[in-house]
Amino acid sequence: MSAAAEEGNARTPWALTAPALMLFVGVLLIPLAMTVMLSFHDWGQYKGIEPVFILKNWHEIATDPYYAEMFWRTFRVAILTTLLTALLGAPEAYILNRMSGRWKSFFLLVILGPLLISVVARTLGWALLFGGNNGLVNKLLMTLGVMRSPIPFMFTETGMIVALAHVMMPFMVLSVWAALQRLDPQIENAAMSLGAGPMTITRRIIMPQIMPGVLSGAIIVFSLSASAFATPAIIGGRRLKVAATLAYDEFLNTLNWPLGAAVATLLLAALVLIVVGSNALIERRYAEVFR
Amino acid sequence: MAYLELDRVAKEFGAQTVVEDFSLSVGKGEFISFLGPSGCGKTTTLQMIAGFLDPTRGAIRLEGKDLTAVHPAKRGLGIVFQSYALFPHMTAAENVAFGLEMRSVPRAERSERVRAALAMVGLAGFEDRHPRRMSGGQQQRVALARALVIKPSVLLLDEPLSNLDAKLREEMQIELRQIQRTIGTTTILVTHDQNEAMSLSDRIVVMSQGKIEQIGTPQETYEKPASAFVSQFLGKTNDFAGTIDRTVAPTQLVAGSWRAPAPAGLGGPVTVSIRPERIGFGDKGLSAKIITRIFQGNHWLFQCDSECGPAIVIRQNDGKAQPAEGDAVRLTWRPEDMSVRARAGA
Repeated sequence: MSAAAEEGNARTPWALTAPALMLFVGVLLIPLAMTVMLSFHDWGQYKGIEPVFILKNWHEIATDPYYAEMFWRTFRVAILTTLLTALLGAPEAYILNRMSGRWKSFFLLVILGPLLISVVARTLGWALLFGGNNGLVNKLLMTLGVMRSPIPFMFTETGMIVALAHVMMPFMVLSVWAALQRLDPQIENAAMSLGAGPMTITRRIIMPQIMPGVLSGAIIVFSLSASAFATPAIIGGRRLKVAATLAYDEFLNTLNWPLGAAVATLLLAALVLIVVGSNALIERRYAEVFR
Repeated sequence: MAYLELDRVAKEFGAQTVVEDFSLSVGKGEFISFLGPSGCGKTTTLQMIAGFLDPTRGAIRLEGKDLTAVHPAKRGLGIVFQSYALFPHMTAAENVAFGLEMRSVPRAERSERVRAALAMVGLAGFEDRHPRRMSGGQQQRVALARALVIKPSVLLLDEPLSNLDAKLREEMQIELRQIQRTIGTTTILVTHDQNEAMSLSDRIVVMSQGKIEQIGTPQETYEKPASAFVSQFLGKTNDFAGTIDRTVAPTQLVAGSWRAPAPAGLGGPVTVSIRPERIGFGDKGLSAKIITRIFQGNHWLFQCDSECGPAIVIRQNDGKAQPAEGDAVRLTWRPEDMSVRARAGA
């Protein structure tokens, strides 16, 4: 092969990926870089945004406990949501996997169905059921005399976690489901023939093998919950702000774009660190199962 | 005295009968093979012994005690699965130790027995390997060690060698037989490979469509097949249409221009079944023409077109001259080498 042809061959992959690359750079990397730059700009009530390089916004986030509270709430909600989806989703996927053909596809559809509906609609559903005195469930319980006041759901962290877990569940189930597909169909029989009871089989044989699936599901759920906007906005409202709703308010209500950009950048950086770090840990820990 | 006994065991899935009237007595220390094509019910039978399936009818007894009442985890049988079903998150030693842990064997004794079991299957020094870092043959050995270390009353092997390549499979067959002879564990092997069944077992149970076709030693099933299915499933065979002529005395069996004194008890149209290595070339007998001649090192394989249809002949390569392609020959065999059955539908 001539040197020129070889050079042509080396260029082909670049040429083929160029359109996608340009889109990626144009709509993701450039706006992202601009947001990061924006976080170093100055802003004033009357002067607007000034393109200078200062650390005012970052200083404010670092020192004002108001922001620390927001970020702690964000990660607390994300972690508890992740735990809840893992606790419910892993057994759900296992049971689903053991169902016979027809039921399996039906319930898989039930689980995936919510993905077809907008997050806003799904969250508003919770609001309809539990929203104050007019929520359907609250009304029913109060009419029956079971409760005197409505269940505290709206504008609580618990409500936010429950609604988020509901929205995120398909991701966890799918991820565990994928891990279950890799299981040797005879593995439980093998363990049973060696004298293991159902509890031991679940704990010593099944759990360690689906753990990578649970953990990768957890990474997806965690990062989506920590950056979720619609659900915290509807359930938490203005009273319980998280990082995403905070950034939104800075941008669109206060119009302090640079501060909003700093919040968004910090959220992104923290998420990337957490996700990349835990992914590396998981891959090292479960190297043998992943092969 | 039967050690393991299957008494008219049957398994139905809905309206479909998968195993029918399966009765078998296995002696202690015996090596039995369930041989048959896929879907013949051999694996289903094995799973009923293992306890993963419950028989619809019939009884399975081990040393006279009803085995079907015992939970699979308490049966104490060693099982090697076709896929090996090793625990991928455990090392070879941890895999082998699992059964001992479940039996609460003390730690010191456990590690001693694990080491001995791995050494027995030729895997000394592989204790800390994970299954996915081992070759198919090595995984197979771990699976065998894991099944044997618990000193099972019966060892069940479900097509254990079918995922190995031909050379390794042969090696493992020899090794499996040696291990089984040394420790004397009663063994049941499920296989669709007739060579495997013949070279390993004391007795073969040939199965077809959920029914037992024949139970016998490898030699019996090969030399004296009880049915057309058995003769065709175990090795190559020639089936010639013949008739028994009772108009002459003594009565004669006639197949083309080959004739012999007729065996007693049969009349009319019959099928003459004869193994290709028992046919020779002679002056008299079935006239045939050699279509192809294939040299296979230690033997020659002839495909012939005879008066009674296609025929295969295998001759030892003993250095003598062999007929060439296109030669007209006469096929002859000793009457005691053939089996004669009444021809159905004629």
